Parts: sequence; structure tokens; C-alpha cells
Amino acid sequence: MSDKKNPSNKLDRTSFISRSVLTLFGLVLAGNSISSNTGIKSQKKTTSNNKTAGGNSKIAGKHAELSILNSKPWNAETPPHLLDDKITPADRIFVRNNGKVPENIDVENWTLTIEGESAEKTKTYTLAELKSNFKQYSYQLTLECGGNGRKEFTPAAKGNQWSTGAIACPKWTGIRLKDVLNDVGVKSNAVYIGYYGKDVHLNGDPDKVVISRGVPIKKALEDEALIAWAVNDNDLPLMNGYPLRLVFGGWPASTSGKWLHKISIRDKVHDGPKMDGYSYRIPKYPVAPGTKVPEEDMKIIEVMPVKSLITHPKTGAKVKGRKSFEVRGHAWAGDLSIKEMHISIDYGATWRKCVLDPAINKNAWQQWRIQVALPEKGYHEIWSRATDSEGIMQPMVLPAWNPKGYLNNACHRIATKCV
Amino acid sequence: MENEARKYVNLFAFIVILALFWPYLSELRPGLFKKHVEITPYKVEEKPEVVDGIEIESGLIYAEGYLLVKQQCTSCHSLELVTQNRATRAGWKENIRWMQETQGLWDLGTLEGPILDYLSKNYGPKEASRRANLKNIEWYEL
Ligand code: HEC
Repeated sequence: MSDKKNPSNKLDRTSFISRSVLTLFGLVLAGNSISSNTGIKSQKKTTSNNKTAGGNSKIAGKHAELSILNSKPWNAETPPHLLDDKITPADRIFVRNNGKVPENIDVENWTLTIEGESAEKTKTYTLAELKSNFKQYSYQLTLECGGNGRKEFTPAAKGNQWSTGAIACPKWTGIRLKDVLNDVGVKSNAVYIGYYGKDVHLNGDPDKVVISRGVPIKKALEDEALIAWAVNDNDLPLMNGYPLRLVFGGWPASTSGKWLHKISIRDKVHDGPKMDGYSYRIPKYPVAPGTKVPEEDMKIIEVMPVKSLITHPKTGAKVKGRKSFEVRGHAWAGDLSIKEMHISIDYGATWRKCVLDPAINKNAWQQWRIQVALPEKGYHEIWSRATDSEGIMQPMVLPAWNPKGYLNNACHRIATKCV
Repeated sequence: MENEARKYVNLFAFIVILALFWPYLSELRPGLFKKHVEITPYKVEEKPEVVDGIEIESGLIYAEGYLLVKQQCTSCHSLELVTQNRATRAGWKENIRWMQETQGLWDLGTLEGPILDYLSKNYGPKEASRRANLKNIEWYEL
């Protein structure tokens, strides 16, 4: 600013100074009230020993009985019995946020830009253009957090301690990612796509990318790889990426970028934050629990393993006598399908085969059911075990330990009593 | 000339104000100033409300050093992320280094030792088991 001794300039300066001072105080106060808010939230939770949000500390648009793992950033999982529907209702889709949910979302001016070394050109679409220029598709796609089940690993792996509820399979509607990529032009040397979203880093730095992951180009070009704006025929919930996100069924949900505004077509494996280090990676070779694995010996998790969930009855069922009741749930297996489904009521000594429905489309979970009568009075656990189309089954104890506690697909267990 | 003088007076006043409030600013928002090194626990809470060994406001186990964690670890995420986790001292240190290298956590200076002591003592490794018993079952009639 050149000082030309004019009065308005002087005024500018004085007001600049007072404004800066005010801003500084504003920042301090804002920051302070945010942290005291957090205090209040954790207070609610510690008083009710189990971590269920009892209606009071609800997450916008989510079922009150989701278990809240973290209130800043929001992370919450769905108890198994609330996942009983074949098509997961939007308010029961788990929440896994790495940063702050974007505020003041302007849908009218929301754009998606495709760019990158392996893009023929850079092209930007408005939301309206995406909806009108491309054919729309709906698929039921299973999204599971790579860390679902982390809670059970010992030595403990750091991060949100998910139990079984970071899984959902709603109906997603949008357009095929490949249609958009092909509209822009994909060079033959394309290796990966990486996404960028509008979430804000927890440290408040607006330029710091929270998370930017993606998938190999082959997965990106599959029919079921969607750019989606709707869940079960309504707008995406804010917590799950409104107004636009990627959906890659069967892969760690962190590959399915939320609040999507940019996709980069890369000529190498994408290198955004959380593609590197120990995030969403497992050792290249089997290690003993607790092993310190060098970073260069870690590899990216691609497809999720075979798994199942008992969604009925809810754990804790007391059954009178030898009355039979239905046991049911879902099973899924990354990019594969489920071939067989079994349950055991004797700790895996014997297994009973369940009735199994086919998947509605690739990357959707499958439903299974069986009638069970408990053999005698007392405590009984029911275990569920799925087998994928290649014959791979869920383990009964924990699978391979890994530093960050990913891919726990041990069979699901519920407790019952015959009274 | 009067203008010039005015300018410097203003600038001076700004610096004085900033200097006066600096300790206040940095205590409340350590994250505001990246290279913030030393923060001595500035106040002992008058009467922390403690139920079953948990300091209610923070949700932390009430033990020596909890206040340091309450002061240093709440500006980015809730303490639920801390209390969910279990690790050895080395494991906690690794976690802090990761946040410093990738997430913008500042140098904790001389507070790092006491923070690690608190975390490893109160949130130390959990018992090993290949599969734990099912717990916290709420029984109901089917
Ligand atoms: C400058 C911001 C910042 C501060 C201050 C901060 N953290 Fe973090 N921390 C993060 C971010 C970002 C994450 C990742 C959150 C996510 O992905 O859900 C994180 C994650 C964690 C995790 C989970 C680790 C994982 O691998 O996911 C733990 C435990 C943790 N922090 C403990 C602490 C402790 C203890 C302190 C105080 C010494 C602290 N944090 C202070 C930014 C911070």
C-alpha cells in the first residue's frame, strides 16, 4: 500500500488496526467456546456409561441410538439390530468423519472438476449438468469402514474403536464415474483416481486437505462405481457427503470421497493425505501381534474381506423353553458374492446352513435366515460365518493383527439365554 | 507530519495491546501460534467434578496430569478420541509424533513427558485376548 498522505488512507489504517485486534479476540473467543462445547458433549456421554446417544446428543439426521465414538469430529456406528433392513435407511448409515463437515453448502454453485496428469483435459461440471448430461443409475452398494472391528485387536490399534457397526448398504443413485471420466477423456497411462472433498481440517487450516484417497482406474471404471447424490431416493445426509460423493462398494469406505468437488486422474498411485504411512494400509507380509512394521513394508488395502452380521435377534434375547425363532442378517464379500452362510450355537463345533438370497447387484450385501431352537436352559452364543464365492470363510477368532487394526472380519457373535 | 506521527502511535498501540494479551491469547488458543513450546498448567481447577474416578467435564480419568491433556488435546478433536484408545508409552509417543508430522500438532515442550506419563498410566495397553467374552449384554424377553 503506497502512503499518499490522504485522510481516507489514514482512516483505513486505523480501522485496519482495530479490526485486526477485534478479529484476534474474536478468534480466541470462538475457539474457546468450541472447546467448551466439546466438554459439555463428553460430559453427557461419560455419565451414561455405555456410549449410546440417548436422544440428547444426536447427530443431525441420524438415528438417536447410533453409538457415538467421537463428537468432534463426528464418528458413530450402528448397533447390529438397527441394521435389520435389507436396504439401510439413511439415518442408520454410520458416520466416519476425518475432519469438520463443510458449512453453508451452496448446491446451486456446487461443481465437480475432473483433472490430473492422465486426464485429456480439465473439465468442470455443475451439479445440474451432472444430473442432466449423464444417464442415471441406482445400485445397492455396501460401504464398510476399513477399521470396522478395530476394537477387538490386541495390542490395541489406535483410532476410533469401531465394534461391528461401520457398515451400511443403502440404495445409492447417481451417475457412473466412468461416464464422466470418459467424457473428459482418460489417457492410456492412467493408474489411479484420487478425490478431493470440501471437509475442513480439524486444526482449522482451510488449505490443509483432510483426506484424499481413491481407487485404481480399473475399479473406477466398473459399472457400479458411482458419483452419487441420493440415498434411498433422497438427498445424501449431510454427514454422509451431501451434496455429492463417490461410492465404491466393497472397498474401504474411505475410498468413497464425501463432499466431492474434484477428481484427479493420476498416472501413478494417488498420493493424497491418508494414502500414505500406516493409514488404510496393512503389512505386506504376515506379522506377529504388536510387531513394529517399517512404513515401506505397508501396502494399501484394496477390497474388503468376507463378513456377516446377525441383525435379528438383538443380542441379549431370553427365549422361553425350546420355542424356535428366526435368526437372520446380512453377508457381504468385497467384490465377490456370498456362496454359503452358516450359524453355530455351540462355539463353532457344528455349523448349520442358512437360507441365502442372491445379491440384488454386484457389491450389495445378501440376506440370510434360519430357524433356531436353543437345545437346553442356559447361556448360548450364536455365531455367524459367511463363505465367499471363492470358498474363503470368516475366521472364528481374530484375523491377522496389523498396526492400525483394519479388516477384522471375525464371525459375529450374539448372546442368548434359554429360560 | 502529524499524519506520520499518528501512524506510529497507532502501530505502537497495536503492539502494546498484542503484547499485553499475548499470554492470554496463547494459553487459550495454543494452536493459533504454531511454534508454541511451553505452557505451564495455568490454573488448577477449583473443584473438578469427579464421578467414579472420571473428571466429568473432560471425561478423563482423574489423576495427576489430566489437566495437561485437557488443555493440550482438545482444540482439534474431542477427548473421546483419547479415552477410546490404549497404548504403551512408546505407542502414545508415536501417536503424538504422527499428529505433529501430519496433523499440525505443536511441540509439547516440557509437557510431553508428563502427558505421556498420564496417558500410559491411565490409558495403558489392554489385556490381550484373541477374542474377549461378550460383555454389557442387556437381557430382554424375545
Ligand atoms: C492440531 C490438531 C490436534 C491436536 C491439538 C491433537 N490432535 Fe489428536 N488427532 C488430530 C487429527 C487430525 C487426528 C485424526 C482424526 C481422525 O482421522 O478421525 C487425531 C487423532 C488422534 C488419535 C487417534 C489416532 C489415530 O490413529 O486415528 C488419538 C489417540 C489422538 N489424536 C490423541 C491426541 C492427544 C493425546 C492429544 C494431546 C497431546 C491430541 N490428540 C491433540 C489432531 C490433533
